Amino acid sequence: MTTADPTLAAKKPIWGDDPWPMVVLAAIAFLPLLLINPKTWLVLTVAGLAMGMMIFIMASGLTLVFGLMGVINFGHGAFISLGAFLGATVLLRMTGWTGVDSIPLNLVAVLPAIVFAVLVTGALGWAFERVIIRPVYDNHLKQILVTIGGIIVAEQMIHVVWGPDQIALPRPLGFKGAVGFGEIVFEKYRLLACVLGLAVFAGLHFMLNRTKLGLLIRAGVENGQMVEALGYRIRLLFVLVFVAGSALAGLGGVMWGLYQEIITAGMGMEVMVLVFIVIIIGGLGSVGGCFVGAILVGLVANYTGFLVPKLALASNIGLMVVILMWRPQGLFPVIRQ
Amino acid sequence: MLDRLLSGDMPRSKALGLLVLIVVLGLALTPFVFPGTRSLDVAARISVFIVLVASYDLLLGYTGIVSFAHTMFFGIGAYGVALAIARMGPSWEAIGIGAVVALVISALLALIIGLFSLRVRAIFFAMVTLAVASAFQILASQLSWLTGGEDGLTYRIPSVLTPGFRLFEEPVLGVNITGRTLLFYGIFLTAMALFLLMLRIVNSPFGRVLQAIRENDFRAEALGYRTVVYRTVASVLAALFATLAGIMIALWLRYTGPATTLSFSIMVDILLMVVIGGMGSMYGAIVGAAIFILAQNYLQALMKQASVATQGIPLLPELLHSDRWLLWLGVLFVLSVYFFPTGIVGRLRK
Repeated sequence: MTTADPTLAAKKPIWGDDPWPMVVLAAIAFLPLLLINPKTWLVLTVAGLAMGMMIFIMASGLTLVFGLMGVINFGHGAFISLGAFLGATVLLRMTGWTGVDSIPLNLVAVLPAIVFAVLVTGALGWAFERVIIRPVYDNHLKQILVTIGGIIVAEQMIHVVWGPDQIALPRPLGFKGAVGFGEIVFEKYRLLACVLGLAVFAGLHFMLNRTKLGLLIRAGVENGQMVEALGYRIRLLFVLVFVAGSALAGLGGVMWGLYQEIITAGMGMEVMVLVFIVIIIGGLGSVGGCFVGAILVGLVANYTGFLVPKLALASNIGLMVVILMWRPQGLFPVIRQ
Repeated sequence: MLDRLLSGDMPRSKALGLLVLIVVLGLALTPFVFPGTRSLDVAARISVFIVLVASYDLLLGYTGIVSFAHTMFFGIGAYGVALAIARMGPSWEAIGIGAVVALVISALLALIIGLFSLRVRAIFFAMVTLAVASAFQILASQLSWLTGGEDGLTYRIPSVLTPGFRLFEEPVLGVNITGRTLLFYGIFLTAMALFLLMLRIVNSPFGRVLQAIRENDFRAEALGYRTVVYRTVASVLAALFATLAGIMIALWLRYTGPATTLSFSIMVDILLMVVIGGMGSMYGAIVGAAIFILAQNYLQALMKQASVATQGIPLLPELLHSDRWLLWLGVLFVLSVYFFPTGIVGRLRK
């Protein structure tokens, strides 16, 4: 086999032939070491990674949906809020399991909450695609308007079902507190978020690069018409990706809710700002880019939050501006035909 | 004469003409026909939002750009005046300086955002403006030493414009002409003038190019129009008008805070008004703003009654609860994007 063989593309590292995004990531991760002492840096890095992973989980579906059909779903945030509320409904009924300082018992409570949230947001995603998105393909303006309308209605429905007030969602006792390695102390929940985020990324990466389904999705991103011409129903593929994306948003919502320990109907829209920054930085349609972008955003937010707290919020916008000046299509531009 | 005033863009439908006339006359006569602070407040808000919504329609309806930063410019106008008055006292100079500084900042910011993100894809602009606007909002509530944070700023305005001032000793037509009435007419007339100016802009050759870009930007570019430049100019113009609307609301409320000027819910309100009123027609702004703000202020009372009346039926009372009025407007919004993309005005003009 020659290196020009396109089937080899899957065997390459996720960044392909282009090392620069990784160089940027490494620079942003390690340059703060000049200003921060290494122990603090390690703690901040873990915090940044945890935040990045949670954003990645929420953003991955959105970017794939865009890549596949050019559909941008501003209502994605609704699934984040819904996921959090659905998860909370289960968790708040299981205080017997969550109030105990034992990770296995807590997991018994958290897992059903996650499964419930994921299943319901997935199903709602299917309905959302059917009712809201299907009539407005190929019209970005209407997509934006209609999905914004969708999130307005969804937020109001959350108020109808769960009442107008924010809900406190305490973390299960086993996930509270921190674990120490010598002098360095990490919050347990952040480690868990990192692990879960990596697992989702590994799963997505495997699915996209090693399975037939993933092959079709990647082919669909690159040239949807050709995939259709070869006899695959790209619509079905798209619905599948949309449902999976909504379910991931639901999962991210549960995690974000437990991270903030307070949930509101508007939380989805607040996180969406970060999600959009991440998928813009990563390159619309690219899952690998979304992963790198999410980590970048998480790290930058935490480093600047420590160094210059006042600038923490502007830092992500700054990051986006700098990256777009360098690469207007994002770190990993998706080539479409 | 009327044709010239409306830049040749007449309502072109008896029903629409009548509706616009009712709204404008209703606003003009509010102090005399509907006395009371509540109705005056509603009328002033409608006037301000007509400008704000029309300027948003310049972007969304005429150029086909979705921006989520419109409230940011609205907020810059409001904070510009509020900060200037808070620093320099309630004088006309303070208002003037605040307004000019706000307009300059808005124009620059819109220019930067436009040149930066309108080059790529329209969808980019929507996301970038969402991010920038939310950062701006958080910034405004964080810099509490400057902006008063979440509490915002309360200030006085020149005494000629306050309720304590009487223009005439005697009531006119049974109504005391106070400074508040003067301020209302100032806002109303400014709003109408700005509206006519925007009508002039969209019916100029420049406005035609914007519409061409909306319909087919590739073709417009091929015909030799530099779409980036036109789009950017449109977004700067829209930002300037939004800033002027912000200045007016700051003077009217004598209070400026994140909730009244910058919050995402105001952005949603603007979207609802544009879409329900009618995208791609300036008259949509008048109709949309009037209907929406009247609904905001009076529909809730109606829903409260309905909610009480349906007590006992499951779920219905919650759905009809007076705080849930946005739910129904949201549904209306989605339906109108599908079925009446040109809104009420488009229907009436058919």
